[in-house]
Amino acid sequence: MSQLTTRMRIRHRGSPPGPKNATIPWLVRRLLVGVLVLFLVSVLLFLVTQALPGDVARIILGKDATAEQVAGLRQQLGLDQPLLGQYWHWLSGVLSGQMGTSLENGEPVGDIVGPRMFNSFTLGFMSLVLILPLAVIVGVFSAYKRDSALDKAFVAVSSLFTALPAFVVGMLLIAFFATSVLGVLPGVSNIPPGDLPWWHPAELVLPVTTLTLMGVMYLGRLVRASFIDAMNSEYVQTAILKGLGSRRILFRHALPNAVAASLPAASLVAAVTITGVVVVEYVYSYPGLGTAVVSAVNSHDLPVMQACILILATAYYLFNLLADVFAALGRSR
Amino acid sequence: MTTDQTAGLPPSENPVIGGPAPLDTVAAPLDTGTAAGGRSNLSVLSRAVRTGQARLGLALLAAVGLLVVLGPFFAPYAPDAIIGQPLEGPGGKFLLGTDILGRDVLSRLLHGGLNLSWMAILAAGLGVFLGCLVGLTAAYKGGAVDALLMRAMDVLLSFPEIIFVLLFVSMLGRSTLLTAVLVGVAFVPGVSRVMRGAALPVIGSEYVLWAKANGLPPKQILVREVLPGVTSPLMVETGMRLVWAVSAIASLSYLGFGIAPPAADWGLMVGENQDGLSIAPLPVLAPIVLILMMALGGNLVAESVARTVGRTEGKR
Repeated sequence: MSQLTTRMRIRHRGSPPGPKNATIPWLVRRLLVGVLVLFLVSVLLFLVTQALPGDVARIILGKDATAEQVAGLRQQLGLDQPLLGQYWHWLSGVLSGQMGTSLENGEPVGDIVGPRMFNSFTLGFMSLVLILPLAVIVGVFSAYKRDSALDKAFVAVSSLFTALPAFVVGMLLIAFFATSVLGVLPGVSNIPPGDLPWWHPAELVLPVTTLTLMGVMYLGRLVRASFIDAMNSEYVQTAILKGLGSRRILFRHALPNAVAASLPAASLVAAVTITGVVVVEYVYSYPGLGTAVVSAVNSHDLPVMQACILILATAYYLFNLLADVFAALGRSR
Repeated sequence: MTTDQTAGLPPSENPVIGGPAPLDTVAAPLDTGTAAGGRSNLSVLSRAVRTGQARLGLALLAAVGLLVVLGPFFAPYAPDAIIGQPLEGPGGKFLLGTDILGRDVLSRLLHGGLNLSWMAILAAGLGVFLGCLVGLTAAYKGGAVDALLMRAMDVLLSFPEIIFVLLFVSMLGRSTLLTAVLVGVAFVPGVSRVMRGAALPVIGSEYVLWAKANGLPPKQILVREVLPGVTSPLMVETGMRLVWAVSAIASLSYLGFGIAPPAADWGLMVGENQDGLSIAPLPVLAPIVLILMMALGGNLVAESVARTVGRTEGKR
């Protein structure tokens, strides 16, 4: 949750766009910078994984490896070539989908990462589909009943959730729903390879619920705040003074403003859901990118790790970029 | 009212928990009029602490803190000694039962908070210190230095925290110190952006221009003139970062990238005993309760400081 809140508190990112006709050039520049940043991300990832001081092959194989094994791995990873050539080989491989083979079992990285990416995407997408409407409903209702016991309870609970690590939430859900207390849902979401995630709806319930709870608690609070702002705005106050019906004011005046104001936050929630996915997948042993990256780190499976981290970082950055664009468009209106 | 901060850049200890001990408000004879930093730290903190919410938070933190510090002296067994059957229920010899390997849960619980605490404090302190350094430098220098630093921060910000730490841990091996430092570094981009934003108006103000015109060295201007003007966002940032550091480090321990296994740690205990949850819930739930108390207590205090400072930005 932390990076999300930070970003919400950063008002100006880049140069704030001025009048309306300046928005398009700003947008183009922002996207170009985005491409540059993604390129730098790949450079950093490459440098950390392949060009650290010390012998990467030795790190991967451990202290007991023979000299031949180390030499063989160096050749397989192309570590004997000049650094620039290595990077170019790696980047062109990634862009064309040829990401090498896993050091663990010799399978092509694409075959391992592809289905897992799909699984993670499914998990994230289902959570987002639930988070967005629920957050609006909860936030608006809480703002509407402002300072009631219900509203106070929501604020307190959401404050608790923003401080909690995702694994704690996941583990509590398992304890309630998957053990002797209720025992109605599976606590392990191990989807067999080759199956599509939605063939196992029961296994999806708890991971999706965990991510949804975390997202709704955060986004709902922001919707609540922007709805209160919208209701206090001169625009809505004028509508009230004009004697318009309260339902009309609520849905035609206040709600669109509140939703527009929370749009940047919504894409940040999407970005953070990606981080949450890593931990939540691990909690439920769900076969996605998160579990893949953790096991690749544990077994020093360099190519799989590089691919997973690059995908996660790219997706994360894209959603953050989207949030910036929404925020800028919101300001220029 | 200039707050005399002779200690230099932000202290890495926690102003939220530690109370306002190091902040002597000494009225400088020649007050250059720090308009933005007019309210002294002391009054903001004491006002924040007077709210009921903050008191509840402090009580929670104090309870967990006592347990963390004094716990090891009261533990009935060694934290890594296998002394019973696996997953025994509570009662009898073992007050909270045994874990999946047959170790006493209570002893592990009493030993397991120390690492999490110092790692979180180190990570938050480092993140706030470096972030402050980068943010203030960028704001002060402006131009190419500013652009370069902030784009570099953008690149770092593209890695989700946990992924960032995993990336380095995978290549450098795991150690508690490394994990804490990495979490701190992962905080730098966020802190630096906030501090840069807060410092920009202060740097544009007249008294800083006056200091510049009189040829004071940049380091002195930043520490003596700019820093007192940004103490409020700094306090908020430190409080929030501490809460998030607890959350991030507990998560990393849970994933197995924090403290090496035989040692006791709350996050690690949850991960170790997850498979036994249906038979013995206590080895998992007990550390969770403590992590929850720590996170909630910290968050209550941090939020009330943030609210007092008036930087909650839309969150009411």
